[in-house]
Amino acid sequence: MKQVLVKADAERPMGNVFAAARGRLPGAGPVPQIRERAFENYERTGLPHRRMEDWKYTDLRALIGEVLPLAPRPDAEALVRAKVSVKQVAADQAVKLVLVDGIFAPELSDLSDLENEVVVRSLREVLENSATGAMAGLVLSTTSDPAISLNAAMATDGLVITVADGNALERPIQIVHVATGLSVSTFTRCYLQLGKGAHAAIVESFVPAERASGYQANDAIIALVGDEASLSYIRVAAAASDAVNISSAIIAVGARAKLDLFSMTCSGSISRYQEFITLAGEGTKLSANGVNLIRDRLHADTTIVVDHAMPHCTSREKFRAVVDDCGRSVFQGRIIVRPAARNTDATLTTRALLLSDQGEVDNKPELEILADDVTCGHGATSGALDDTLVFYLRARGLPEKDAQMLLIKAFIGESIEEITSENLRDFVTAQAEHWLQAGR
Amino acid sequence: MVALQETVERVKRIDVDQYRYGFETLIDSEKAPKGLSEETVKFISQKKNEPAWMLQWRLEAYRRWLTMTEPTWARVNYPKIDFQDIYYYAAPKPKKTVSSLDEIDPEILKTYEKLGIPLREVAMLEGIEPKVGEQDPAQRKIAVDAVFDSVSVATTFKAELKKAGVIFMPISEAIREHPELVQKYLGSVVPTSDNFYATLNSAVFSDGSFVYVPPGVRCPMELSTYFRINERNTGQFERTLIIADKGSYVSYLEGCTAPQRDENQLHAAVVELVALDDAEIKYSTVQNWYPGNSEGKGGIYNFVTKRGDCRGNHSKISWTQVETGSAITWKYPSCILRGDNSRGEFYSIAISNGFQQVDSGTKMIHLGKNTSSRIISKGIAAGKSQNTYRGLVTAHRKATGARNFTACDSLLIGDKCGAHTVPYIEAKNSSATFEHEATTSKISEDVLFYCVQRGLSQEEAVGLVVNGFVKQVLQRLPMEFAVEAQKLIAISLDGSVG
Repeated sequence: MKQVLVKADAERPMGNVFAAARGRLPGAGPVPQIRERAFENYERTGLPHRRMEDWKYTDLRALIGEVLPLAPRPDAEALVRAKVSVKQVAADQAVKLVLVDGIFAPELSDLSDLENEVVVRSLREVLENSATGAMAGLVLSTTSDPAISLNAAMATDGLVITVADGNALERPIQIVHVATGLSVSTFTRCYLQLGKGAHAAIVESFVPAERASGYQANDAIIALVGDEASLSYIRVAAAASDAVNISSAIIAVGARAKLDLFSMTCSGSISRYQEFITLAGEGTKLSANGVNLIRDRLHADTTIVVDHAMPHCTSREKFRAVVDDCGRSVFQGRIIVRPAARNTDATLTTRALLLSDQGEVDNKPELEILADDVTCGHGATSGALDDTLVFYLRARGLPEKDAQMLLIKAFIGESIEEITSENLRDFVTAQAEHWLQAGR
Repeated sequence: MVALQETVERVKRIDVDQYRYGFETLIDSEKAPKGLSEETVKFISQKKNEPAWMLQWRLEAYRRWLTMTEPTWARVNYPKIDFQDIYYYAAPKPKKTVSSLDEIDPEILKTYEKLGIPLREVAMLEGIEPKVGEQDPAQRKIAVDAVFDSVSVATTFKAELKKAGVIFMPISEAIREHPELVQKYLGSVVPTSDNFYATLNSAVFSDGSFVYVPPGVRCPMELSTYFRINERNTGQFERTLIIADKGSYVSYLEGCTAPQRDENQLHAAVVELVALDDAEIKYSTVQNWYPGNSEGKGGIYNFVTKRGDCRGNHSKISWTQVETGSAITWKYPSCILRGDNSRGEFYSIAISNGFQQVDSGTKMIHLGKNTSSRIISKGIAAGKSQNTYRGLVTAHRKATGARNFTACDSLLIGDKCGAHTVPYIEAKNSSATFEHEATTSKISEDVLFYCVQRGLSQEEAVGLVVNGFVKQVLQRLPMEFAVEAQKLIAISLDGSVG
């Protein structure tokens, strides 16, 4: 007698969601077949569940149960609402590219402000143009992860950004994802190619428009970073309080490159951000940091996998979580050092601050070391605010709330300070501050 | 690096082939029919003269086992085990009671000699009282329960322990003589439904040790069990149950060896510890099952469930383990910190060489108030082995003031091995304070150079560094074991360093 894992009833209609959406999914030439294969990959496991080690703490089968039908094309009224939201999250000096309900909205984007060194096309355009069909396989690439496979199968639109060798962008590019719908799902995918020695800063923001609720956003970004290139990638997810956000980043980096990654999740109902970074060239420096700011019933999961495949690379990860109310923060960080990756220097620290007894923090920092000439380490702590520190500040005249606020700010600041660009650091700090103020 | 190349060659030449306990004892034994069925379970139960309730308990476990699948989450790879190709019961043919050393079956005597147990201890193992005045007053007494394949062959110092009120006997005897205690505690820490191998064990366990320390008693001597797998094609399924009643203390040691064979043998034990109010249990293991040969052939699959329940307030359970043997180790001695102010400790050295795979660690489950736990784990990987630390620390909603400190360090010797760390840290209480740190590195060239410059050979230098690395854990072992463990570490790593 064998135990068979029965698929939950709730996810059976998923095949229908794909079938129903198929007519609307862009793509010529090999694209439909690529989507079909990606969907088959997804079907093998269905929605991730707790028996899958990587999704142990975020059981989507239990949490969301089903994938909602694809969002319709945004109408004029939706675009008006989206515009308001875009304004609220716009980063200073950034060139905005806006996706509304999974569809690129050129009318809300600053296409004219784009520098000459960068080429931006919509994913739809790339997939439908038979001349660029060869790229489709790359753009829609998948891993064994079901969320990424589902994204490849269902992606309606996104952006394909290329920066040629040696080019440096002055202004950051901000991709703003706006959701306007009710109980629908969106699938977006961006592809970024940074040539040899190129420099760029990308900010990705997720926001709801007014009246948007209960939606599910599934986003993926694939980034190829060339030798000696430098990339800053900042992601800020602030979904509607009853919405789901599942984002994946797959990043492959060449030699002697510099990577500066930061992610922040500060609202929503269920959030999962997974980052897979492969250091495929020698001597690359990676800094991958993040913050989970959690309140109400938010379940936020940040998973970072750093794969050291080549020698002489350095990686640093700093993650901080603040959990209030009935929130739950999950951090999974895995460092893999392949046999060839001699002289790897990798460290990871994750710290969590629990502000309430109903909250929960789960940390899983992993090391997977297959080479011997390495220095690797990780540290994890969790606990409450230090009463003696609060007392110290109160003794100096600060009200209790302010004292706590100051300490929390310092706590998450340890991670935010790792952002190298001052401008972007201020942008993230302002968003974090906004979250803090909202809790007063 | 030259040293590394040398290392690799030396590992190839010697490594695990030099297992010292790989001999086989040729003695008649009695086996159950091969394979597992309700009949096998009944056969074992009958052999042990068990009461009906025990058979029922086993059968329920067996039926549940049939519905379960083997766990696959551990980071170990091995061919599927054919559970019908194993003898679930093997016992040396019973021999008449012996009263002097000369009457002991010379084969068994030789076995103990070869295992390095001194003659005086042999006398004890075989149940012979030492002559008055012969005993060295400086030597500390250790009561030993020797488990040979599926049965306990001898338990020493029973009478003296009885005077103190301590019950120390094979569990098969305890089921008959102290059914009330066994029924109350057996399966209360590791339920029959716990996991695949624990359920299998519940159905077919053949022997093991039972310890009960009455309230307020400090057990007058160390208790020890020596497990030996001898017979071919057998699995060893022993079950140990230790109960420390209110305010008592007991220290328990466990050692294991097996012959060198090409086939893989299964060892699926269950150990349950119960500590009531103010009680303390110290459990030490030196595990040295046959690790397989240099090609990774043979060796013991060590799939063990060990768990301690700090049931009473202010109770304490401490696990210390030195893991050097087994082809595959899959073992997580855990503590359930149920009582308020209870404490759990886990000290571990896991050394892997050759093709060994180790996936070991602990679980500290904080349920009571102001509970604390400490985990010190040292993993050393050499040869082509994979060494994983996997540990869970969790604080439940009501576990206010829970504290944990975890340090797990890994040392890599050679570039064909792997060292992995997979901690799970879950906090559901804001006043719980958890700290975890882990490092992985190879022995620093600078340190080696320093030692060599001062006249040590390369091997001695590595030995010194490794000993320093594991000292923190070795110190926790009782004296008798610490010496053995230190030797074991030297043997396990011999030849793996350049």
